[in-house]
Amino acid sequence: MNVWFSLLAVIILVLIPLGAVGGASLGYLFGIVIPYTAFGAFLCGFIYRVFQWGRSPVPFRIPTTCGQQKSLPWIKASFFDNPSNGVGVFGRMALEILLFRSLFRNTKVELMGQRPVYGGAKWLWLAGLTFHWSFLFVLLRHLRFFTTPMPSWVDILTKMDGFFEVGVPTLFLTDAALLLAVAYLFLRRVVIPQLRYISLPADYFPLFLILGVVLSGILMRHFYKVDLFRVKELASGWFRFTPVVPDGIGLPFYVHLFLVCVLLAYFPMSKLMHMGGVFLSPTRNLANNSRTRRHINPWNYPVKVHTYEEYEDEFRDKMKAAGLPVEKE
Amino acid sequence: MAKILKPDELTQINFEPPRTGWMNTPVEFRPGTWCYSAAPKNLKYLDLPNPREWQPSDADWKLPANWKEIILEGFKERLEKYRSFRLFMDICVRCGACADKCHFFIGSGDPKNMPVLRAELLRSVYRRYFTTSGKIMGKLGGARELTVDVLKEWFYYFYQCTACRRCSVFCPYGIDQAEITMIGRELLNLVGCNINWIIEPAANCFRTGNHLGLQPHAIKDMLDFFADDIEDRTGIRVEVPINKKGAEILFVTPSGDLFADPGTFTCMGYLMLFHEIGLDYTWSTYASEGGNFGLFSSHELMKRLNAKIYDEARRLGVKWILGGECGHMWRVLHQYMDTMNGPADFLEEPVSPLTGTKFENARSTKMVHITEFTADLIRHNQLQLDPSRNDRLKVTFHDSCNPARAMGLFEEPRYVIKKVCNHFYEMPENTIREQTFCCGGGAGLGTDENMEMRMRGGFPRANAVKFVQEKHGVNRLACICAIDRATLHSLMEYWVPGVEVTGVHEMVANALMMKGEKERTTDLRGQPLQKMEGSEDV
Repeated sequence: MNVWFSLLAVIILVLIPLGAVGGASLGYLFGIVIPYTAFGAFLCGFIYRVFQWGRSPVPFRIPTTCGQQKSLPWIKASFFDNPSNGVGVFGRMALEILLFRSLFRNTKVELMGQRPVYGGAKWLWLAGLTFHWSFLFVLLRHLRFFTTPMPSWVDILTKMDGFFEVGVPTLFLTDAALLLAVAYLFLRRVVIPQLRYISLPADYFPLFLILGVVLSGILMRHFYKVDLFRVKELASGWFRFTPVVPDGIGLPFYVHLFLVCVLLAYFPMSKLMHMGGVFLSPTRNLANNSRTRRHINPWNYPVKVHTYEEYEDEFRDKMKAAGLPVEKE
Repeated sequence: MAKILKPDELTQINFEPPRTGWMNTPVEFRPGTWCYSAAPKNLKYLDLPNPREWQPSDADWKLPANWKEIILEGFKERLEKYRSFRLFMDICVRCGACADKCHFFIGSGDPKNMPVLRAELLRSVYRRYFTTSGKIMGKLGGARELTVDVLKEWFYYFYQCTACRRCSVFCPYGIDQAEITMIGRELLNLVGCNINWIIEPAANCFRTGNHLGLQPHAIKDMLDFFADDIEDRTGIRVEVPINKKGAEILFVTPSGDLFADPGTFTCMGYLMLFHEIGLDYTWSTYASEGGNFGLFSSHELMKRLNAKIYDEARRLGVKWILGGECGHMWRVLHQYMDTMNGPADFLEEPVSPLTGTKFENARSTKMVHITEFTADLIRHNQLQLDPSRNDRLKVTFHDSCNPARAMGLFEEPRYVIKKVCNHFYEMPENTIREQTFCCGGGAGLGTDENMEMRMRGGFPRANAVKFVQEKHGVNRLACICAIDRATLHSLMEYWVPGVEVTGVHEMVANALMMKGEKERTTDLRGQPLQKMEGSEDV
């Protein structure tokens, strides 16, 4: 049900710009108003969410450690997995964010003859990493539509991405990788029973949405070609805040753009915010030094304790009888 | 206590989730899988809300009329107080990496024991009341109403999590189910839904200083009794300083070590070691507990119980504090104590009086772990050891969850073990160090009415022990946690007969060649040191 609902939602989203074909306001609404609104919603929403997290303090140091602590000098400490200082934390975060280190550890349990056996399970790591890196490359490649002159590194990136020169125009490797990764991430959700069980519409919807973005992009590049000069004209207009909608860009472009806009606007209110959240996770971004340095809890307050005096008052006679020292005779 | 199934019946585990969606599958309180409610007298002693007679299996939980407001208010307060909580409510992508990492899931196949889903039990309510999308979209947005059934589900599953944090190791964002469970339990506590195995020890601890409710004279009796036993084994009368003002070091250990085998042997180990090196230290009857059952119910109760350790150190005028072998105790001491009840500026930076080693990693809390201390002694040749006295033992080591994942205390206990016994074997890679499996009875769940769940939860641990038992003939499971010493015993009896549980310092004491000792013929357990021809293997 969750799958179908999400798929239906994305289909409707595709139909919206298609259905608006020939409408007089198509260009202005879908080319200018919606993109600006979506980008504004993304920016404000993202900042708001990070601000909201930031407003809650971190009262206790609760890092999860994955390696030997720093203790006696002759015991080798795990510098990145159990960081005792900022450099280690930086390394740990970098490994996490750039290489998905925790997912790399992933294992899979299987019952063999009624005994659990743990095997490696790196597919999620591989698909996740491929997905995110490809997405980033695709995004960076898009800079060529927004910048004049185009920075040379974008050009280099684009050339690298089309290195194998498959087809005309060249098929970008990251497009293919992104498509494969999204397909894998979707399929595992549907095929693995436990994953299907935990998956909400909020898990399928972004996958379908991103799939829609990628497919519409590929269609536009390889099958229903749009006029890239006009796309660039529109895109650079956005950044000069003097947008004009050129005629005849082609409908597939508006589908692509609309889906991207929905993705942007949806981003801050969804689980996609893990992009911002991963930097703030207190179990990962703190050094494991709570015995070395005192950390302050901003809302620390006095609590009711059972004092030694109260304790001795209750047990004094027994303590004396047992020959234990007491404060008051 | 409910009847417990046989091991081969219990391992008929089905990982396939039910057909009904999890939001529409109410919880069923099956005997043997939940713990009894807290007795009203214990709640009253700690001034906790809603003391009453009830049981989780009752239809009516006798909640206060405004229970929903109380929970939602408490929820909001905690979102504002803990970034971890707010973040963990928001950023999970349900990738499922944690799903098969939980020992309770592996042992039961219950999908709500997948950490991701256990957290969703709270998240669904969070979305409904604290996010705009959840308010608008309802169930489609993954949100649901807070009802009594939801509350019961929280109770069932938050008391089926030992807060071992294994799932967080694998989470790409470090989402820590232990944090979520702690908050979930705090919320339940606000309306008086708690379990006796936590609240009674906490009440005892508050009153007498320790879980077991041992009064000062009883502690002295126990320690004297150990001294007798030690004299019997070694010919040496060890001194047992208690509540001694002006001692250099305050020693704090879980009270389980004073009371129940095999912890008692570990306790004798401490006494012998301290006597042998002539340590100027003291026990305390007031701070006679390291383990902190407050951790299992609320941050506030944790702080209330923990306060005694620094207070007592101040009263006795010691220089620093040494802590015994305990799991949760070290989580509190390491991650919370200094922040909650510090600064410990009346103490001095810990320095070993024998080796002069400064324990720089304990510069601020002024509290050192006994395996750090002993490893340092051994490294500096301060101890005469005869590891062959432990030759009967084929030892494997269980990394207790909290020292392993909260601190990263891996090498110190291993170093000590390898110096005091000759036969040490590691369990398989995915079951040790940060990937260690819980005993199944931590976080206050180690009670007998919960036996089926303990055996299920401990199954992955036991299975790894069984592996080394079959491969290397392992017959001893060493650990550095009092809850382990209490719960692993029944776990081994059930799943891996023939493996006994031991603390590390029991083995240290066995190997320790004390000045002036008589020839030792037995170990601390009274078992012959040398394996006699034809004698029964243990």
